[in-house]
Amino acid sequence: MNITLHVWRQKNRNAEGAFVTYQARDISPDMSFLEMLDVVNEGLILKGEEPIAFDHDCREGICGQCGVVVNGSPHGPRKATTTCQLHMRSFKDGDELTLEPWRANAFPVIKDLIVDRGAFDRIIAVGGFITAPTGNAPDGNAILVPKLAADRSMDAAACIGCGACVAACPNGSAMLFVAAKITHLGYLPQGQPERDRRALAMVARMDEEGFGTCTNHGECEAACPKEIPIEFIARMNRDFLKAALFTPAERAAASDGG
Amino acid sequence: MSSSAPAVAAVQSPAAESRLARILGSSIGQKLVMAVTGVILSGFIVGHMVGNLTVFKGAEAINAYGVALRKFPALLWAVRFGLLLSVGLHIWAYLALSFKSWGARPQGYKVAAYKEASFASRTMRWTGPILGAFVIFHILHFTTGTITPGFAFKEGDVFHNLVAGLSYAPVAAFYIVAMACLALHVFHGVWSLFQSLGISQPRYESTARRVATLFTIAVVGGFVIIPIAVLAGILKLQ
Ligand code: HEM
Ligand code: FES
Repeated sequence: MNITLHVWRQKNRNAEGAFVTYQARDISPDMSFLEMLDVVNEGLILKGEEPIAFDHDCREGICGQCGVVVNGSPHGPRKATTTCQLHMRSFKDGDELTLEPWRANAFPVIKDLIVDRGAFDRIIAVGGFITAPTGNAPDGNAILVPKLAADRSMDAAACIGCGACVAACPNGSAMLFVAAKITHLGYLPQGQPERDRRALAMVARMDEEGFGTCTNHGECEAACPKEIPIEFIARMNRDFLKAALFTPAERAAASDGG
Repeated sequence: MSSSAPAVAAVQSPAAESRLARILGSSIGQKLVMAVTGVILSGFIVGHMVGNLTVFKGAEAINAYGVALRKFPALLWAVRFGLLLSVGLHIWAYLALSFKSWGARPQGYKVAAYKEASFASRTMRWTGPILGAFVIFHILHFTTGTITPGFAFKEGDVFHNLVAGLSYAPVAAFYIVAMACLALHVFHGVWSLFQSLGISQPRYESTARRVATLFTIAVVGGFVIIPIAVLAGILKLQ
């Protein structure tokens, strides 16, 4: 199959970018989307041109590194699929695809289709952890976790931090990501001691990073390759509001033992 | 994920802030303001709609309702002040949240593809200001009698003002359009406020969705039937 690509090319953070059109020829429908880009890049390298820069690592849908907006859809048209797990059989011969990087003030473009998602790391760094003693691993069943809580926690923990929620949100909001991280720890007994402080700190950091604010469009949920539901945003709101209204300053600060 | 080092040290502890600052200074707190004032305004429109319906019981009934509202001036002004405060806070939160979102994507996409966003959710930032403009016009039209296109305002004669005012077709049309905006606004807004208040609800087939849908049909239906009844000649001056 032959595909026409309109790809966002941008030399570096400060350069002006522009769309450049490429032809991807003789593409097998069994190729993954990133393999198709590999083929295009080989052609560019042979011609002595700069290959298209895109992020990827595992190519198994688990690391969260890849991510391209294909015709307006982060990770492309397939539901619950990362860009690396998308296959060319999802497209038709002769299709025209516009490839853009995640667009968000908090995710500056580094090069072409690669953005800097350091804002997510900084949100995690202020609260996306539990404080546990080091030493021998604790006995597996020492802390019992109710089945439902374990399941919901795992649903949230499926988040791979790819940033598609931000890319998809008309408001550029990161609330689905932050909600997933807060929910993943908040459902478990181990996450309780720091629950209030976590919600306050992570939400504050999210705001400082310059993400937009949720208006419940639901685009994030639809784009999420791990199908994180927006109910988790309501849960984050609940955790945050409870902490903001009822946690005295001393207690919220006292558990700051990271 | 990143090339720049986490700047943890730069983060000032949000724990140290007062409760009010934590709420008003954060996006989720501002959504709470939006939701709580949205609940108050939604409660008000239910009462207002039910009061309006007395027009179908005739001139005496609605004029008596008008008099009853003014029986306790202190109470009336307390309610008016509360509503004004709610509208003010609702608009403040609207501006604070919208500016953040407008700044969050300086460069947009060349191709946009919506999957879930509804017409109602995408027009919230339009239907809101239109409702604000409508409310101002509505007060100048029927409460103060300052703007009276196509009719003569009679102080205290609610029935006359309502029927005569809405007999003028362009004004009736504006009322109907404003109610369409109200329908869109509360259809998304009432569902949305469950999320904002932290009550988890799926987008479809949930209690919140049903509450929002029924609320919209009942309240907007109750309002819009009046200009339609006037235009259809069902409500007319005796
Ligand atoms: C009759 C008057 C009004 C009623 C009954 C009303 C009701 C509501 C409700 C229930 C919400 C949901 C709150 C939430 O998301 O948590 C809401 C949100 C909102 N309102 Fe209003 N509102 C009114 C007037 C206005 C006005 C005058 C403006 C703007 C100038 C406005 C702008 C907005 C915006 C932008 C949102 C947020 C949309 C979103 O989160 O998706 N509203 N409103
Ligand atoms: S490359 Fe790891 S998730 Fe796509």
